[in-house]
Amino acid sequence: MKPLVFAAGMMPLSLLFWRAFNDTLGANPVESLIHETGLWALRLLLLTLAMTPLRRITGWPGWIRLRRMLGLYCFFYAVLHLTVYLWLDQELRLSAIIEDVIKRPYITVGAATFLMLTPLAATSFNRAIRWLGGKRWKQLHRLVYLCGLGAVIHYLWLVKADLAPPLMYLMILLGLLAFRIPPSLLRRLRGYSTGKLETKHERYQT
Amino acid sequence: MNRRRFIAGMTAAGLTGTASAFSFFGLFGDDEPTAVELYPRRPLKASRRAFSVDESPTDEADAIGYTNFYEFGTEKGDAQRYGERFKPEPWRLTIDGECERPGDYTLEDILKPHPLEERIYRLRCVETWSMVIPWVGFPLADLLKRFAPTSRAKYVAFETLYDPEQMPGQRRAVVEWPYREGLRMDEAMHPLTLIAVGMYGETLPVQNGAPLRLVVPWKYGFKSIKSIVRIHFSEKLPVTTWNQLQPDEYGFYANVNPAVDHPRWSQARERPVGGWRRRDTLPFNGYAEEVAHLYHGMDLAKYF
Ligand code: HEM
Repeated sequence: MKPLVFAAGMMPLSLLFWRAFNDTLGANPVESLIHETGLWALRLLLLTLAMTPLRRITGWPGWIRLRRMLGLYCFFYAVLHLTVYLWLDQELRLSAIIEDVIKRPYITVGAATFLMLTPLAATSFNRAIRWLGGKRWKQLHRLVYLCGLGAVIHYLWLVKADLAPPLMYLMILLGLLAFRIPPSLLRRLRGYSTGKLETKHERYQT
Repeated sequence: MNRRRFIAGMTAAGLTGTASAFSFFGLFGDDEPTAVELYPRRPLKASRRAFSVDESPTDEADAIGYTNFYEFGTEKGDAQRYGERFKPEPWRLTIDGECERPGDYTLEDILKPHPLEERIYRLRCVETWSMVIPWVGFPLADLLKRFAPTSRAKYVAFETLYDPEQMPGQRRAVVEWPYREGLRMDEAMHPLTLIAVGMYGETLPVQNGAPLRLVVPWKYGFKSIKSIVRIHFSEKLPVTTWNQLQPDEYGFYANVNPAVDHPRWSQARERPVGGWRRRDTLPFNGYAEEVAHLYHGMDLAKYF
């Protein structure tokens, strides 16, 4: 399974290279590269977040073993995205880049998201887990939820008029985050809405 | 089979499998928009060439395939993906408002008296890409004069066709339909302002606003409204689509101005379509000498 996922993760990049060499990136190749790399970073982030729910639904523990690779791929495409932006889009003009980060909220949020992804990628190795200790590592990696929100807000903030595509990603993200609501909290919320606190026993009877 | 061969085989199978699955779901975006001809374009004869820039035109397929035309969808290329139902002929125009000869006109009535000219203009989109396009058309001023605007006519407003059957992007209210644009009377009467009926020597493609559109080369592209069905003379500042949607991002004037940023991106530089490199954007898109006097004494940061 892992080699398959590894190969699949390389596909978007190979295709972008293929299109660049064949001059089929369209009329505005730099824009195509920014959009494709950004979208793949976001899609891979959501896939990463889907592994825990998939394990819970299917009961197969293997999903978790793919999680690290998917997360690293997300970071990989985010690095490509940032590289295209800095090098091809802004042509390494430092003053324009600084102005962008300060003045344009969608770039500020994108940069913040990238900064939050970085420590997660940097501590994704077994030794880092041992070094941090499981508990602290887990706490740190909860940042990934914020990264998800950051990426979607970045996307929502940059579209001109048609909010449908980023909203679709937002729905998927919220669905995945809903799985993380602790069961105790969920039970309490349900209790409030029905006016009483259910016990586990009652829930299984109805 | 040994383990390494097995892994290699699986990898290869995985690569091809996922590639076809991805392309099936359209996950790699669409391929290059090649220009699709949605109705037979006719060659046009232009009597002369005036006001042309000395730059080589954008590749025609790019100019046709890469368009913002929300009436067909919000993605570039949607016009040729979903434009096959669009009928540019027969076509009618309504002229009304503050003028002495309002009425309903056929396209032939509108076009008949006007000799066609070719003009190679720069086009600058608010999204920071740019093109160079050889339009075929005639000055808007010549058309407007025929309807004898009254002294109360301070502005000219334009509307695009509204017909979701022909323009399926209009089934969603991404912007308020019909698309509307407008010019101040002196802008409309300026000799650079063009009604285009063709480009690259032939009638306009559906993708670029057939059968007739406005071209105002010193303003951001969204001012150059496509597929016009109504021209209205008015005393009051007309409602314009993008300004209505996001007044702090898109002004009524929308003159190309590298010194005034769009709130979400810089307008200082542009990327000519078809290329990889940016270049500096010029004030009034390089037409400052001809048009800057129209805005004399106006604060261009306020009236952006
Ligand atoms: C320093 C960090 C970043 C910068 C400077 C940046 C910059 C950009 C720019 C310039 C665009 C194109 C905007 C346009 O076309 O108007 C874009 C689009 C996008 N970016 Fe980023 N970005 C950053 C980080 C990220 C991260 C971390 C993610 C996701 C994990 C991301 C996901 C996206 C997505 C999904 C799009 C939209 C693609 C589309 O419209 O199809 N970006 N970004």
